[in-house]
Amino acid sequence: MKSLGARAGLLSVLLFLAFCALWQIAVTPGASTGPALDPEYAKLMGITTAGSQSAMPGPLDVAGKLWDNLKRPFYDNGPNDKGLGLQLLYSIGRVFIGYALAVLVAVPIGFLIGMSPLAYRALDPFIQVLKPISPLAWMPLALYTIKDSSLSAIFVIFICSVWPMLINTAFGVGAVRKEWLNVARTLEVGPWRRAFTVILPAAAPTILTGMRISIGIAWLVIVAAEMLVGGTGIGYFVWNEWNNLSIANVIVGILLIGVVGMVLDLILARFQKRVTFPE
Amino acid sequence: MSMFSNPFSLKSTLRRCLCGRHASAEEHAAAERAAKLSDEERYKEVVASGLMRALFPNDLKRRAFLKAVGTSTAAAALATFFPLDMATEAFAQTGKPEKTDLKVGFIPITCATPIIMAHPMGFYKKHGLNVEVVKTAGWAVVRDKTINKEYDAAHMLAPMPLAISQGLGSNPIPFVAAAIENINGQSFTLGIKHKDKMDVKSWKGMKLAIPYDFSMHNYLLRYLLAENGIDPDTDVQLRVVPPPEMVANLRAENIDGFLAPDNVAQRAVFDGVGFIHSLSKTMWDGHPCCSFAASREFISTMPNTYAALLRAIVDATGYASKAENRKAIAEAIAPAAYLNAPPIVLEQVLVGKYADGLGNIKDDPKRVDFDPFPWDSFAVWMLTQMKRWGQIKGDVDYTKVANEVFLATDAAKVMKEMGLTPPATTSKSFSVMGKVFDPGKPAEYVASFAIKRS
Repeated sequence: MKSLGARAGLLSVLLFLAFCALWQIAVTPGASTGPALDPEYAKLMGITTAGSQSAMPGPLDVAGKLWDNLKRPFYDNGPNDKGLGLQLLYSIGRVFIGYALAVLVAVPIGFLIGMSPLAYRALDPFIQVLKPISPLAWMPLALYTIKDSSLSAIFVIFICSVWPMLINTAFGVGAVRKEWLNVARTLEVGPWRRAFTVILPAAAPTILTGMRISIGIAWLVIVAAEMLVGGTGIGYFVWNEWNNLSIANVIVGILLIGVVGMVLDLILARFQKRVTFPE
Repeated sequence: MSMFSNPFSLKSTLRRCLCGRHASAEEHAAAERAAKLSDEERYKEVVASGLMRALFPNDLKRRAFLKAVGTSTAAAALATFFPLDMATEAFAQTGKPEKTDLKVGFIPITCATPIIMAHPMGFYKKHGLNVEVVKTAGWAVVRDKTINKEYDAAHMLAPMPLAISQGLGSNPIPFVAAAIENINGQSFTLGIKHKDKMDVKSWKGMKLAIPYDFSMHNYLLRYLLAENGIDPDTDVQLRVVPPPEMVANLRAENIDGFLAPDNVAQRAVFDGVGFIHSLSKTMWDGHPCCSFAASREFISTMPNTYAALLRAIVDATGYASKAENRKAIAEAIAPAAYLNAPPIVLEQVLVGKYADGLGNIKDDPKRVDFDPFPWDSFAVWMLTQMKRWGQIKGDVDYTKVANEVFLATDAAKVMKEMGLTPPATTSKSFSVMGKVFDPGKPAEYVASFAIKRS
C-alpha cells in the first residue's frame, strides 16, 4: 500500500537509528575503572569521575558538537580559528576556481583529441601517465615552483580534475556516430557549425560524466591538500581538530565533507540529465 | 647612503664614487666610516645630518654657513637649541617600521610560546606591529612558506636556519636565527605498553618519531641512543612525524615512542596512551630547541620592522621566563586559534608540576624555560651533529656559519634595551650527557664519537 520511496525512506531511518544505537553501546565505558587514583594525579590526568574523557565519542557527543558548529557557522577569530561555514566556503571557493580552470582546458583539448585520431594516439601515453598521480604527490612540487600555498592548492585541484574530463570528452567526441557526421557533410555544414550543433550535443552526456567524476576528485583533493598546507578550509578544520584530538569534531568535519560532496555531485547530475537524449 | 654622509664636511664633491653605489666619493667614505662606528655614534650622526639638512636644505648655503662658523661651532650651536641626544635616543628606539602588517608562522607546540603569546598578550602591539600568527601544518611547510615570503618570519627549529642557509633540504638561502624561543621543554615519551623499558639499551628495534630531520630532537635522540650503544640508523627506525600528529600515531601503535615538545608528551600522558620516560634536560640542561627565524633579505630590506619584531619577541620571551607568569600564559595560548589544547595540559608543561603517566607527580619548574640568547656555540654544536650524522658532507667552517646564522650580537643589543642582562660573550661551553663540548674544537668533537657516519 505504501510507495517504494516511503518504504525505502523508513528503512533508511531505521538503519541510521540502529547504527547510532550500536555506536553508543560500543563507546559506553564499562563500570570498573581499576584502582582508585590519587585525586591530585587524577586532576592532572583530567580524569573526573569515571573513565578518561578523550575516548571515542558517542553519537550524542557528535550531535552536540555538530549543533555547536552549526549554531554559529561564520564566526572569525583570526587566521587560525574560523567557523565551519567559513571553512567550507574557502574550500568550495578553491574547488570552484581549480575546477573551472580544468573545464576551460580539458573540454577544448578533449574536443581536439577526439576529432583527430592522430592526436589521440600521440597524447594518450602522457595522459595515462599523468592521470593516476596522487594529488598529494603534486603538492611539494607545486609549493616549490608556484611559491604560494593557496595557488598551489588550486593548481593541485586543476591538475587532478583535468584528466577524467579530458579523457571523457575525447571519448565522447570520438564516439559520435559516423552517420550523423556523414549527414552533416552531405549538407555541407561548416566545421564550426558541425562542432557546435552536431558533435557537442551528441558528446555532451559523456562530457558531463567526465565532469561529474572530476568534481568528485576535486573535492577529495581539496580536503587532503588543506590538511597538508593548513591555513583555511574544511581540510584544515579536520587537521586542527585532530591536533586537538577532538574526534567528535573530526567526525563533524567528515560528515560535512560528505554532504557537500553529495551536493556537488547532485548539481552535476542535474545538468547531465538535461543534456541526455534518447536515441 | 646619503643619511650617513657627514653634513659638517667641506670636502664633498658632487661626482660619483668609485664603487658607484654612492652619490659622491664623500658619501662612499662616509658609508665606510659609518660601518665602523658604534650604533650610538651612527644614530647621532644620522640625526645631526637630518637636522642640518632640514635647517639648510640648500647645499651651497649650508656650506657657506659651515665655512663661516666652522664645523665644531656649528655642531655645538645645533646642540644648544636642539636636544640632539634625546632625538638620537628616540631614533634608536623607534625607527619607524617599514611595514607593520606582518605574518609570522608557528607550529602549535609550547616551544612557540613567546611567538604565540605575544599576540593575545599584546607584545606585538606594544612595539607598534600588527602581527598575524598563523598556525602551520608541519616544519617543511613552515620552511617553504617562509622562503616563499608568505611569512615574514617564523617559528623554526633551531637547526633549521643553519640547514636552510647551507642548502640542506632546500636551496641555500641566507637565513638567521634571531633569537632562541625556548630551552629544554622536550620529553622522551614511550607508549604505555613499554612501561618496563626504562633502560634505553632495551629500545633496540623500536620505531621512534622525531619532528624533523634538522631538529634538536633528531640530534638529542640520536645522541642518547648512540651513547647507549644503539646505532640510530640501523638498530631503530627514526620517523619524521609532525608533533601534533604524534599522539594519534602513538595511540595507533604506529610508533613506539617519540622525542617531542612537552605539550605533545603531556597530551600522550593525559590521554593515557604514553608515559614520560625522561626530560631532555636530563641530557643537557639548558639546551636550545626552537628559534625565531627570518631570511637575511627581510632583515636587510626592513631593518626597523625586524628590530621591532625582535624586540617584541625578546620582550615576550623575558616575560615567559618568569615562573609567576606561566599560569596566565597557559590560559592565553590554549584556545583553538593558538595551541588548541586543554589548559590543564599546558599548565603542567609551563608550570612544571606534571603527571608522568606512571602514577607519579613530578615537579620541575625548569622543565621548559625561555632564554632568547642565540649562543654561537649552540650553532656550532648543531653543526657538529649535522656533520656526525652525515647531513653535511665535506668540510665545514663551523665558526663562520655559526656567526652568520645565529645573531647573538643583535639579540644582546635588544636584550640590553629591554632591561635584560645579555651574556658578555657569544659563545659558551656546556656538556651533553656529562661530556664537555669545547666550541673551539668542533672537528675533534665530531671525531671523538664511537658511532658516527662520517
